[in-house]
Amino acid sequence: MYAQLVETGSSKLKTLDEMSPEERQFQERINDEIKIEPKNWMPDAYRKTLIRQISQHAHSEIVGMLPEGNWLTRAPTLKRKLQLMAKIQDEAGHGLYLYSAMETLGADRDEEIDKLHDGRAKYSSIFNYPTLNWADMGTVGWLVDGAAIVNQVPLQRTSYGPYSRAMIRVCKEESFHQRQGYQILLTMMQEGTDDQKAMVQDSINRMWWPALMMFGPSDDNSPNSAQSMAWKIKRHSNDELRQRFLDQTVPQLELLGCTAPDPDLKYNEETGHYEFGEIDWQEFFDVVKGNGPCNRERIEARRSAIDNGAWVREAAVAHAAKRQSRAA
Amino acid sequence: MADWPLFEVFVRSKHGLNHKHVGSVHAADRRMAIENARELYTRRNEGVSIWIIPASEITASSPDEKEPLFDPSNDKVYRHASFYKLPKEVGHM
Amino acid sequence: MHNVAQKTQTPLIAYLLRLGDSALVLGQRSAQLCGKAPALEEEMALMNVGLDLFGQARNWLTYAAELEGEGHDADHLAFRRDAQDFRNLLIVEQPNGDFADTMGRQFLFDAWHVHLLDGLTQSSDPRIAEVAAKSLKEATYHLRRSSEWVMRLGDGTEESHTRMQRALDNLWRFTGELTQFDEIDQAMFEAGIAPDPEILATRWKATVEEVLEEATLVRPSYDTWMYTGGKVGHHTEHLGFLLAEMQYLPRTYPDATVW
Repeated sequence: MYAQLVETGSSKLKTLDEMSPEERQFQERINDEIKIEPKNWMPDAYRKTLIRQISQHAHSEIVGMLPEGNWLTRAPTLKRKLQLMAKIQDEAGHGLYLYSAMETLGADRDEEIDKLHDGRAKYSSIFNYPTLNWADMGTVGWLVDGAAIVNQVPLQRTSYGPYSRAMIRVCKEESFHQRQGYQILLTMMQEGTDDQKAMVQDSINRMWWPALMMFGPSDDNSPNSAQSMAWKIKRHSNDELRQRFLDQTVPQLELLGCTAPDPDLKYNEETGHYEFGEIDWQEFFDVVKGNGPCNRERIEARRSAIDNGAWVREAAVAHAAKRQSRAA
Repeated sequence: MADWPLFEVFVRSKHGLNHKHVGSVHAADRRMAIENARELYTRRNEGVSIWIIPASEITASSPDEKEPLFDPSNDKVYRHASFYKLPKEVGHM
Repeated sequence: MHNVAQKTQTPLIAYLLRLGDSALVLGQRSAQLCGKAPALEEEMALMNVGLDLFGQARNWLTYAAELEGEGHDADHLAFRRDAQDFRNLLIVEQPNGDFADTMGRQFLFDAWHVHLLDGLTQSSDPRIAEVAAKSLKEATYHLRRSSEWVMRLGDGTEESHTRMQRALDNLWRFTGELTQFDEIDQAMFEAGIAPDPEILATRWKATVEEVLEEATLVRPSYDTWMYTGGKVGHHTEHLGFLLAEMQYLPRTYPDATVW
């Protein structure tokens, strides 16, 4: 999930009777699945929560370009280079769609990006892990985009109109990302050398648990979920989505001929679901708090791109002003 | 001041259709806004024409005005073809 | 290791390698910019240019490999040749530097590329004409964008003007290769495969002069000393590092046949 631990400011739900008339009307609209649009009245907490959630989602797309950019210059064939570049470009585009949706809430993109750069805003924990071999480009597509898709598909029906429309666009474009990733792995597992196969397994060993962590803390440790669900800016619980992801992923793992680094992973005939071992939540919270392997590098990379570009952006504004005054 | 203003983007997806609002971009000027919109919203052959307009130049109707603006047309049934009942023999019209 | 310098290299193959390698190396430079653009919107644009260039490189190199007839493909040419076998222009292998260096390099190349591709659409070789026609549309957009940036930076703030002028002065010595021609260019022209190199040079100069004037930049002299050699495999020190990075996987795992 690209948005984790989004603070709603309320852990207790109001009933319709406890709401002001405006708020009740707003909540009933949501209950009836009518989209909230930018100029509709909305509770301040809804607006703020959405700004946090959408900006976090957008930051994740932008920061998420970096671990893949790390291998773009080393992609082993022209075809893989083109595919990876198109995928990274889509991610930049998805970040921009989302920032655009966020701005309809009255938020300023540059201000929100400043929050990312000084550590006040979060982004998905997964992008703080390093990409260490070429197979990671496969695993990122298969597991990371796979997990993101499981999260994003229901968000197409989210209550806020611009967010929902952005997600529809994102989902439509993202369909090739996961397939692209899985194909990289499958090619190496089926036709590759022993070195290439070892690369794939090593990558899965490193990415497996961080991918499961993407869905956020388990439900009993997720105090903001109830409000987010009532507002329909979150449509399924973290554990529900994690289970859905696992159930679809394990057969794909087996088809690759690889294993998961989880001795407790097994299929439960009775429930029809896969069961898995304990997630290391300490690691998750460490990474979220800034103590993952790459947190500093990721933020530094983003900050220096924008800081080093300041003179360029200023020049463009100055030039536009000159042109306009010449035209006048 | 390095911040680029916001422009709303409208794309005509194919000949014969209206331009449709698709989102926004930041740009230093209108020309750049067109280019940025092209890079962002037409990567997959989605467009044949783009309009951009500074977001600050848009005036939107307010939801408070919804009833006076839109409800009156609700009862103008004579604006809809189904209002006019014709005998079957006329066929499709 | 592939060595095209020997035996089968006809002037046509050499010419295709020049086209393909320049697109490939400049594409690789744009790939290195991923995540480093001065604005998010520019990330999209830089990668669009990169995608176009890699696509063009693949088309030219595929044709070169076919003509070579040794059962190789475009990837083999891209990833298994060493620097001395690359035939790209020196200007495209120059480092990204700051955004003025990047855009200056792109502009000086685009201004040449567009006129070259335009000429190649009339090539007597139908395959070349076809690839050129598709590439021309892309390059026309690249030129529009890079010339606008040169104008914005040249006629923007004092700082951007200084940086843009400095970038232009630094890059200028590599532009001799765009206007000078050798026996291969001449042979391709005579065979009706490529456009007249003299006309190409005149057009390049006209485009450059127009944009630089609008950008309030001083054009360095055409008669200054020019650094040449890329077209015959004598490169600057930068290419070796660019290839070391780009070719790392196929070189480290030479037994791997698929990726």
